Amino acid sequence: MLAKAALDVEDLRTEFRIAGTWRAAVRGVSFSLERNETLALVGESGCGKSVTALSIMGLVQPPLGRVAGGSILLDGQEVAGLSEAQWETLRGDRIGMIFQEPMTSLNPVMTVGDQVAEALVIHKGLSRAAALEKTRALFEEVKIPSPATRLREYPHQFSGGMRQRVMIAMALACEPAVLLADEPTTALDVTIQAQVLGLLADLRERHGMAVLFITHNLGVVAQIADRVAVMYAGQIVEEGPVANIFAAPAHPYTRALFAAIPRLDQPHQALSAIPGRVPPLDAMPVGCAFASRCPQKRAGCEEPQVLVPIGAAHRARCHVATGATACAAAVLNE
Amino acid sequence: MIWFIAKRLLAAVPTLLAVLTVVFIIVRIVPGDPALVILGDQATAEAAAALRTRLGLDQPMWVQYWNFVSNALTGNFGASLVTGRPILEEVGAVLPHTIDLTLASMVLGVVVGVPVGIWAALHRNRAIDVAARVLSLIGLSFPVFVSGIYLLLLFGLYWRLFPVIGNADLSDPVDRLHKVVLPAVALGLTMAAYITRVTRSAMLHALGEDYIRTARAKGVPWRRVVWVHGLRNASLPVVTVVGLYVGILIGNSVLTEIVFNRPGLGKIIVGALNQRDYAMLQGLMVIYCFLIVVVNLVTDLLYGVMDPRVKQA
Repeated sequence: MLAKAALDVEDLRTEFRIAGTWRAAVRGVSFSLERNETLALVGESGCGKSVTALSIMGLVQPPLGRVAGGSILLDGQEVAGLSEAQWETLRGDRIGMIFQEPMTSLNPVMTVGDQVAEALVIHKGLSRAAALEKTRALFEEVKIPSPATRLREYPHQFSGGMRQRVMIAMALACEPAVLLADEPTTALDVTIQAQVLGLLADLRERHGMAVLFITHNLGVVAQIADRVAVMYAGQIVEEGPVANIFAAPAHPYTRALFAAIPRLDQPHQALSAIPGRVPPLDAMPVGCAFASRCPQKRAGCEEPQVLVPIGAAHRARCHVATGATACAAAVLNE
Repeated sequence: MIWFIAKRLLAAVPTLLAVLTVVFIIVRIVPGDPALVILGDQATAEAAAALRTRLGLDQPMWVQYWNFVSNALTGNFGASLVTGRPILEEVGAVLPHTIDLTLASMVLGVVVGVPVGIWAALHRNRAIDVAARVLSLIGLSFPVFVSGIYLLLLFGLYWRLFPVIGNADLSDPVDRLHKVVLPAVALGLTMAAYITRVTRSAMLHALGEDYIRTARAKGVPWRRVVWVHGLRNASLPVVTVVGLYVGILIGNSVLTEIVFNRPGLGKIIVGALNQRDYAMLQGLMVIYCFLIVVVNLVTDLLYGVMDPRVKQA
């Protein structure tokens, strides 16, 4: 029997209501995540990375948004379409999330200890005292100095890096199988960023969690991830092991992302930006969404693109790179 | 915490001194010789000089200032020019009525305003929210002397549920409560309307914050998210506004006490104005300002208890 993936997302579609019409911000995203594996979800702002994570947490809810289709299997259990009450028993217990903004993500009028302990009281039924004792141990694990005293302090008494450690302790409190990390180091300065990344890698190892790591920083990807999925305009356009994607990016968008990284060995280069803009949600083309900005645009780009294998566990959504069109794929599938 | 309270108390001292100084100056830059104003223009020069000596107006300015400030700080505001009784005694006799009215209105304002505000915020842009917003706008637009008269007409004259004259017997709590109902409703509903709007926007603001998303992400049930995480943060601006509004309530009691025929500070002020009782007015100005300073002090202290960030500052 096949080992179940910790998280299996299939054809996820998430929509938001814009001026009375439902528009898809995530269009047919599929990936799976094993225990003790880190998948980096990469892409520019607004490409649907965070919305994907919030959908997996069940936090995209009417009237503003909805998960309109697809399935989300958490340890083999279908969670898409659960009621809010059912979601509340899963969130923070079997799936945890840390956010980008450590400065505003903690409640300013509650002690950090109580905020972490709250999850333990709710999900594990511990008393407040027992939960605080467990929280002290968690603070030790995420390397917060003098945890017993800091437990009783408020968020404003913590630095950004320390607050993010509190967030990590909170997300890990109930030992979830899956951790969603939405740009957890973006707001931190570089040295603190390295410490937090190191801590996350350690913790993943120790607890055998599956980590979905959302970032737009390819340097961070190289440091922490096993696999990468590149998102553009609500779709995964390329997916594969870190080594393959860094060595041979196939999709023109992935290549453009790499080209946009400034290089230390070429001091006088102009910074390379990708021309044009992401198509807005209400004007998404039928074909490749990147076509209008793509240097390799040609006939066939206006057709719907399919994500097909181009190597070992390496897939891309571009007929130029893969030679596959939607019609060819349909024939193949039959 | 003790250090925080001590600091706030210390900070109130300059405010009180400033209040006393301003009152002292206002009284002295008003044109006209107080002695002549008191005695009338038929008074002889000797009588005026004698009164000036009695009031201490012949002494150098700084001596007058020192006497005024030190007397005020020890609770000695002089005597009423009309009745001859000490001002503090006159005020003390009616203060319970004004405190009854202010407290009852405040409780009504908070008990009605906060839950309705939360309710409206949780049903944003739905019928309940729109109704709460429209009703609170109407409530805010009614001055006390209008709503008071309608309340008197309906509940006092038509249904005869409440008395029209509100001179309560201070030793009888039931009588005090019975007579404070109508004026407190008139004053309190305006406050409730205001508190509803403030609570609604504070709650909406709080519920849009990142820490609400964090709380939901760790599986906190929605009810607890609202009442613990949301309300604790939303209550900070509400407490500030309640504190400010208590000052307004004390001021508005002037109108309410006239409309409902209640004894109280406002009634005394109007009386003192009509009878040109300058000593009384000066004393009342100081007492009103003291009350406001005390209310602000309490608000500040409450804020320190509720918001851990304040103690640091």
